[in-house]
Amino acid sequence: MYDFSYHKPGSVADAVKMLGADGEAKALAGGMTFIPVLKQRLNKPSAVVDLSAAGLSGIKLEGDKLIIGAMTTHATVASSPEVKKAIPALAHLANNIGDRQVRSRGTIGGSLANNDPSACYPSAVLALGATIHTNQRKVAADDYFQGMFATALEPGEIITAVEFPMAERAAYAKFPNPASRYAMVGVFVAKTAKGVRVAVTGAGQNGVFRHAAMEAALSTSFTPDAIKSVTTPADMMNADIHGSAAYRAHLVGVMAARAVAAA
Amino acid sequence: MIVDGIGASVKRVEDHRFLSGKGHYTDDMNRPGQTHAVFRRSDSPHARIKSIDIAAASKMAGVVAIFTGADLAAEGVGGVPCGWQIHNKDGSPMAEPMHPVLAIDKVRHVGDPIAMVVAETKQQAKDAAEAINIEFEELGGISDVRAAIAPGAPLVHDDVASNVCFDWHIGDKAATEAAFANAFKIIKLDLTNNRLVPNAMEPRAAISEYDISSGEYTLHTTSQNPHVIRLLMGAFVLHIPEHKLRVVAPDVGGGFGSKIFHYAEEAALTWAAAKVLRPIKWTADRSESFITDAHGRDHVSHAELAVAEDGKFLGLRVETLANMGAYLSTFAPSVPTYLSATLLAGVYTTPAIYAQVKAVFTHTVPVDAYRGAGRPEATFLLERIVDVAARDLGMDRVEIRRKNFIPADAFPYQTPIALQYDSGDYQTTLRECLRMADYDGFEARRKAAAAKGKLRGIGMSTYVEACGIAPSAVAGALGARAGLYEVANIRVHPTGSVTVFTGAHSHGQGHETTFAQLVADQLGIPFNQIEIVHGDTSKVPFGMGTYGSRSLSVGGSAMVKAMDKIILKGRKIAAHLMEASLDDVEFKDGKFTVTGTDKSKAFAEISLTAYVPHNYPIEELEPGLEETAFYDPKNFTYPGGCHICEVEIDPNTGTVAVINFTAVDDVGRVINPMIVEGQVQGGIAQGIGQALLEHAIYDESGQLLSGSMMDYTMPRADDLPNILVGTESTMCTHNPLGAKGVGEVGAIGSPPAVINAVVDALRDYDVRHLDMPATPAKIWGIINAHTLKMAAE
Ligand SMILES: Cc1cc2nc3c(=O)[nH]c(=O)nc-3n(C[C@H](O)[C@H](O)[C@H](O)COP(=O)(O)OP(=O)(O)OC[C@H]3O[C@@H](n4cnc5c(N)ncnc54)[C@H](O)[C@@H]3O)c2cc1C
Repeated sequence: MYDFSYHKPGSVADAVKMLGADGEAKALAGGMTFIPVLKQRLNKPSAVVDLSAAGLSGIKLEGDKLIIGAMTTHATVASSPEVKKAIPALAHLANNIGDRQVRSRGTIGGSLANNDPSACYPSAVLALGATIHTNQRKVAADDYFQGMFATALEPGEIITAVEFPMAERAAYAKFPNPASRYAMVGVFVAKTAKGVRVAVTGAGQNGVFRHAAMEAALSTSFTPDAIKSVTTPADMMNADIHGSAAYRAHLVGVMAARAVAAA
Repeated sequence: MIVDGIGASVKRVEDHRFLSGKGHYTDDMNRPGQTHAVFRRSDSPHARIKSIDIAAASKMAGVVAIFTGADLAAEGVGGVPCGWQIHNKDGSPMAEPMHPVLAIDKVRHVGDPIAMVVAETKQQAKDAAEAINIEFEELGGISDVRAAIAPGAPLVHDDVASNVCFDWHIGDKAATEAAFANAFKIIKLDLTNNRLVPNAMEPRAAISEYDISSGEYTLHTTSQNPHVIRLLMGAFVLHIPEHKLRVVAPDVGGGFGSKIFHYAEEAALTWAAAKVLRPIKWTADRSESFITDAHGRDHVSHAELAVAEDGKFLGLRVETLANMGAYLSTFAPSVPTYLSATLLAGVYTTPAIYAQVKAVFTHTVPVDAYRGAGRPEATFLLERIVDVAARDLGMDRVEIRRKNFIPADAFPYQTPIALQYDSGDYQTTLRECLRMADYDGFEARRKAAAAKGKLRGIGMSTYVEACGIAPSAVAGALGARAGLYEVANIRVHPTGSVTVFTGAHSHGQGHETTFAQLVADQLGIPFNQIEIVHGDTSKVPFGMGTYGSRSLSVGGSAMVKAMDKIILKGRKIAAHLMEASLDDVEFKDGKFTVTGTDKSKAFAEISLTAYVPHNYPIEELEPGLEETAFYDPKNFTYPGGCHICEVEIDPNTGTVAVINFTAVDDVGRVINPMIVEGQVQGGIAQGIGQALLEHAIYDESGQLLSGSMMDYTMPRADDLPNILVGTESTMCTHNPLGAKGVGEVGAIGSPPAVINAVVDALRDYDVRHLDMPATPAKIWGIINAHTLKMAAE
């Protein structure tokens, strides 16, 4: 780690002020990604602004919306009665992120701000058509994810909460990377009032994406059989030491079918 | 009666300290006035160092000193030595290029140390290490052994032509050719034994100190063999005599071989302590461990097995390319040669065997012994080709093994390649393992799995390995530059409690328990009266350390020899006290008794007499009760047995689940069955790791692609099945304990059992062989290719 100053503001407003005043300052949530990056000296912030006292954690059901505060940990989401009742698939997803230690520290806001192409949450947010609340605006999921590690967030902008609509049916199926256990391919399928959406994480060269062909097929019939003959173009897929593009494209189909069956 | 003696599953006494955070590891220590070292390492696999500018870095806050290779060379510091010399086919010695402690002129692998920064804090040392200005000229590296020996490949060492370290062979070539001429069939197989990163839980660490008033150096280091480090570093690198160099290996959190070797960092730290006149501490980061701890395996082999029509093996010939990495690590040359090729007879009567090994330098981390060291490579090759032979001949896999086993009444058995096995009973370990694994019930389980859409397979390996390396004279003739005996010093205190100083070293094995059980049993004193001391050259007379499953068979035997001397002296004292002749005094269950009488003396009475020699045969006998023994083994020991693995493959994803694993091993005498079971299970976890998960992958030029836990798959608890362990022992015939060793059997026997099971599960997909690790991607690739082929036909 390089030296930095550490701040723990008591409100979002103060946090925003600190981040705004110093272009080199960075927000800290659970630190599960950020701390290793600091330890490896891959980032050199002047100040670290810890969001843990800014009042951003908590889960509430408001009418037909589930609202999860940005600093809510994966463990809290996984065990929340509200989440289990409203969107059980989301609790299931959170319960399979990383390991127990990671789930106890990592947050939904940190995950979405980071937008790791192998992270699980982006697929849920995109498939459910959720809305990201920040200190200055509300951003629709469709506009939020902008490729690997890239989002609509402006410098100094803080995610405050994520708002999910109710889902008639939803499920997440994940094929873990054997080493990191992040998603090598993760598929979230959802049927909401606005229709059927399928989002794929882990596999694509550009981060999380919607699978239009599957969405069309599932809109007609929400069954695993409906997507049996839907293919995923391998040239959009990632390839690395853990698997070829063709393998990932194949897994998208397998995971989608499993998600549909489970939804 | 001693309840905690041989054969009891005594709970490990060391675990209290390990489980309650009271372990005393190197990184736990801090010395007054201590400084911190950080190494600036090469990011390039192969480059010329055009210049090193430390001027700016030296002026940074907290920097105490910065040293480069030139500083060490100027003071005559030697290269890091290799402890085993192999000779080429033509009798000439292997190429042994200089391995500088800090790089001089060139860097040869990613991680090669170039400079050492010593600073007040670790952060300051890191800051300065980054600020060192180095100009490189990239030379282009090479990581694959085949590419490294191709014409025009970049040379790792300018003075080693075509990157070949040695070109060695063993066995009777003519007899083998003759056997092949008579073969009914020749089974051919190409295989790669995947490269592994050891990943002990505790990274390497060291603290060096120099006492200017006495001229004494002390190095605390994460070592499996502190005396070997003292010898190599003192004699060859730093020229410090033994009495001025103390090496201590305190609690060590796992080694698996990677902490046998003498590493450059240890020498640099020790040398520099006398320069800065302050203690220096260094602890590797995990990322640093990936690129500096010696890796394991990395053999590419072509094997051919000549078989008769009835399935009898007639001959075997093998050609191996072994990756040495950029420099020769301490025991690297022995691994593909005397620790691997000599095992190619396995448990079979194959009469003619010929093996050739070319060791090759590449721009990768040095490769050396890793749990099993050479024997897993030989076992994988052999047990795979035996399965392929059964397949090609249309024979049953159990049947072909049974037919070729060395029979139980054929021991001692001389193999055609150097080794003489002393004992074993391969039919029995196979039979027991088949029974415990319910082999006969497998087809029903296969059907049940198929009904769920899963591909179930079963596979086995029947193996033997060679442990407890030695005799010293034989090892010396084969190229070892050290003796391979072990040392025990037994100090009986006046009141009868005992401290045992052993040259073996425990880094997870539970020696403090096993050895105490052994001593309790032999001396007939309570377990809690015994303390085991290891890992400090200033306490233990000498020792060769722990590796090659040698601690009990060699180290334990040394204890037995030392106890024999204690008992003899005790009998002399007892004879004097009881006014009997020596021949009439016997020792049993902690008592010296005059035969045929009720006259006896307890062990503690004798020890007290030895230290308070008022009524004592002082003319013939010195006071005190302390004895030392050096035990040099007469032969290797030969643990062996059978492993059976059952897997289930999900054809949709290629994922392999290990459903059942059964091991029945012959480990000779068992002191603590619980510890034996734990050792077997741990070894199997590593074997399953190698077979399914682990792979150190380099790109062509020598960049490590799986350089962190994010990309290197360590086995986790949920990757492993419940492992059933049985033992069916025959005794080792040449050591006083009958012990053979258990540390490595799991890692040696299991990988081929797993792959044989995977290949069996894929029987409908036309697979003859697949290399480790059998990842989901690889398996799906096979299934997919077959499906496409069938569709095309
Ligand atoms: C071993 C391991 C395994 C993992 N496995 C998985 C997995 O299987 N699936 C998965 O999805 N994830 C996985 N993760 C990631 C983890 O779950 C976290 O989601 C992730 O580390 C980011 O969340 P965090 O709260 O730790 O954020 P931090 O690491 O604290 O921050 C990450 C980034 O987001 C920024 N940031 C944080 N909060 C906000 C905010 N509210 N507004 C704006 N910017 C913000 C920070 O400045 C930083 O740049 C794993 C992590 C580890 C270490």
